[in-house]
Amino acid sequence: MRKLMSNRLVVPAFLALLVVALAFVMPSNFYFRVAALVWISALAVIGLNLLMGFAGQVSLGHAGFFGLGAYSVAILPAQFGLHPVIALIAGAAGCALLAFVVGRPILRLKGHYLAVATLGFGILVSMVISNEAWLTGGPDGMPVSRLTLFGWRARGADTWYWITGGLMVVGALLAVNLVASPTGRALRALHDSEVAARVVGVDVARYKLIVFVISAIYASVAGSALALVNGFITPDAAGFLHSIQLVTMVVLGGMGSILGSVVGAAVLVVLPQVLTVFHEYEHLMLGFMMMAFMILLRSGIVPSLSTLIAGRRA
Amino acid sequence: MSVIKVEEIGISFGGVKAVDHVSFCVNEGDVFSIIGPNGAGKTTLFNLVSGVYQPKFGKVFLEGADVTGLEPQVLARRGLSRTFQNLQVFFRMTARENVMVGRHLKEERGLLAHLLALPATARQNRESAASADVYLERVGLGAYADTPASAMPYGALKRLEIARALAAEPKVLLLDEPAAGCNAVETEEIEKLVRKIADEGTTVVLVEHDMKMVMRISDRVHVLEFGKTLAEGTAEEVRTHPKVIEAYLGTHGSKEAAVALG
Amino acid sequence: MAEFLQFCASGLTVGAVYALVALGFTIIYNASDVVNFAQGEFVMIGGMTTVFATAAGVPLPAAVLIAILAAMAIGLLLHRLAIEPARGASPVTLIIITIGASIFLRGLAQIVFDKQFHSLPSFSGDTPINIGGALVLPQSFWVLGGALVIVIALWAFFNRTVIGKAVLATAANRLAARLVGINTSFVIGLSFVLSAAIGAIAGILVTPITLTSYDIGTLLALKGFAAAMLGGMGNPIGAIIGGLLVGLLEAFGAGYISSTYKDAMAFIVILAVLFVMPCGLLGRASVERV
Repeated sequence: MRKLMSNRLVVPAFLALLVVALAFVMPSNFYFRVAALVWISALAVIGLNLLMGFAGQVSLGHAGFFGLGAYSVAILPAQFGLHPVIALIAGAAGCALLAFVVGRPILRLKGHYLAVATLGFGILVSMVISNEAWLTGGPDGMPVSRLTLFGWRARGADTWYWITGGLMVVGALLAVNLVASPTGRALRALHDSEVAARVVGVDVARYKLIVFVISAIYASVAGSALALVNGFITPDAAGFLHSIQLVTMVVLGGMGSILGSVVGAAVLVVLPQVLTVFHEYEHLMLGFMMMAFMILLRSGIVPSLSTLIAGRRA
Repeated sequence: MSVIKVEEIGISFGGVKAVDHVSFCVNEGDVFSIIGPNGAGKTTLFNLVSGVYQPKFGKVFLEGADVTGLEPQVLARRGLSRTFQNLQVFFRMTARENVMVGRHLKEERGLLAHLLALPATARQNRESAASADVYLERVGLGAYADTPASAMPYGALKRLEIARALAAEPKVLLLDEPAAGCNAVETEEIEKLVRKIADEGTTVVLVEHDMKMVMRISDRVHVLEFGKTLAEGTAEEVRTHPKVIEAYLGTHGSKEAAVALG
Repeated sequence: MAEFLQFCASGLTVGAVYALVALGFTIIYNASDVVNFAQGEFVMIGGMTTVFATAAGVPLPAAVLIAILAAMAIGLLLHRLAIEPARGASPVTLIIITIGASIFLRGLAQIVFDKQFHSLPSFSGDTPINIGGALVLPQSFWVLGGALVIVIALWAFFNRTVIGKAVLATAANRLAARLVGINTSFVIGLSFVLSAAIGAIAGILVTPITLTSYDIGTLLALKGFAAAMLGGMGNPIGAIIGGLLVGLLEAFGAGYISSTYKDAMAFIVILAVLFVMPCGLLGRASVERV
């Protein structure tokens, strides 16, 4: 039993089961839609967790990559007639390239300097998106054409539930594979001590760059998925607040926990849906909850729970 | 032939010359110790040799090749590894995983294979884990393999660092106070371990405060004071060197060290 | 030339506000290592409270006082209810808490006040003063003069009073400060109150020029943070230089290049500077001790 629990495939398998099981209890299309939004955020958060939770590098600008992914499936089909799937891949490749170029100088920075640089990067991306209205529709956003695969159109909320759920499970699987590999060990090592990792041959700058690029790809694919699901996209997807939401999901769920990424995403996607009943008190409640969560659950939901369970057993 | 040669090396911090024109050669398979009072510049010297700091002047040669200013990861590839005075352990990982990181240079590094967990990666993981266990056994930490480093006692962590450095199969191993904070029994174990490492052909450069241990296992001893070389020679030569005695008995040295010098 | 002076004047005016926000960041950061993203909300509270108090018939000087006291009270509450209970949490967690506080305060403001833009009458009329062909609003002198007074008062406070020295000691070494009997929790609380007051004054002084609304805080905080980091985190002189520099670059960028990317200037500059100088303009690289 213990051997089974320590297998790295437990988490992706559990998530796959969860996606399938939840599908049977969804009462309406609205719930399918919310669940799809959870899977999309979870995908971006898993990628960001690889960067923050495992490699220990903070990014306050990841919504920039999310937004670029979203706008690439909006712009490329509209302007160049590319198929949305090709546009999604092109967006991910573009984000990977961008992360590769800006990553090297940014990742040399440490602590709050890294925080302000990634924050600046994210804000610049969102400002370009807001200002270049001829291409992006500006602050009002732009429509996204529907996804058609071999003559079949993806439209219903349940269809998107399955597609995004599948993407999320694949993302979780790749992430747990990576963490358990030599690359993953190098990343976790440099989190604890860069100098100790270096003296046994780990090229710290290179590994930081690798995980930055990987996390950018996760964010970009998640952004593309959101644009396709919503059929519409606004610059908010790339904005500072969205970056902070993603970071909060990582920390709330648990740094370095893939399962936590999904839990964190679920809480922060579902919560605003619930909070809309508070109308004008919505922001007040959201801010309050962010503070309360972080004060009470500072090491994250999943790690806190597993410590609790481990304590019970012992 | 000297495996490592340091020529007139130096660095200063805010006008203070932490290490000032220090030179030495270490022969293959030797245990070469660097001693001196606190603040003499021993750890700074290690940081210069291992590439953690860039020297302001002077040169470092590894197996005859000029390696001055190369980064630690490049030096590691060339066969130089080290441990740290202040523990630099990967606390979020188990003991085995710590040592597996030491195998980094021997591991296959295909990113795609890692993401997809191809059979080659699984095989690689098994190989690294197996050799990590061998190194853990060697330093006497076999029982701790699955223990998170954060739950291990201090003395064990000191040896864990040695195992991690050994796992990189270095030609030259820099040990920075491996016995600091250890009790008599642990110190003796570490002394045996250092001797064994040197006997198997790995050159050891040692910074250590335990003078009894230094005098017993060193082939040569280099004495630093205020960042400068005070003396160098065999343990016996250094022990009887008037300047060394003065430094340790004089105003700067500690009484304990004086007693230890004999 | 007149155009150049005009951009200088408007750049320095806005820059003074950024400098005060950056100074607020620095004071809190030095005392507690916390990066307080709710710093911009203090500016908003200062402006909005003054607007609503004067609208309710309170004379301006009293309204100003009420606004500053309100901001100080909120600064104290922020420390006691959100920062103190999270002591020992990771920097990222603390950043999320202060951003949560910023969202909370914005939500509060849209309920207590409203979602409209508001202005205050200028303190000394609206007749521009001609300086070398540039027309400068009298209120600009209020902003610059106010900033100067605050900087001098802070300098005196930190160097001439026992409490100020206790704050400096806490900034230098928290453990040592506690060992010599300084109540570090009080000092950190004080730094929040002080930063809140500075932010509120900045908000009151600049409202007649730039207007205010419940949501001006976020961008101000982000630019102030960038300005503080530009100078080198923890360095008060660096914060002032960083703030003025961002203000000037925005004014010149908007005037000579394009006003579309005026708000982007702070972030372009911080990225460019950090790529070359990883610890800011005045920050010193620390040597890693191993």
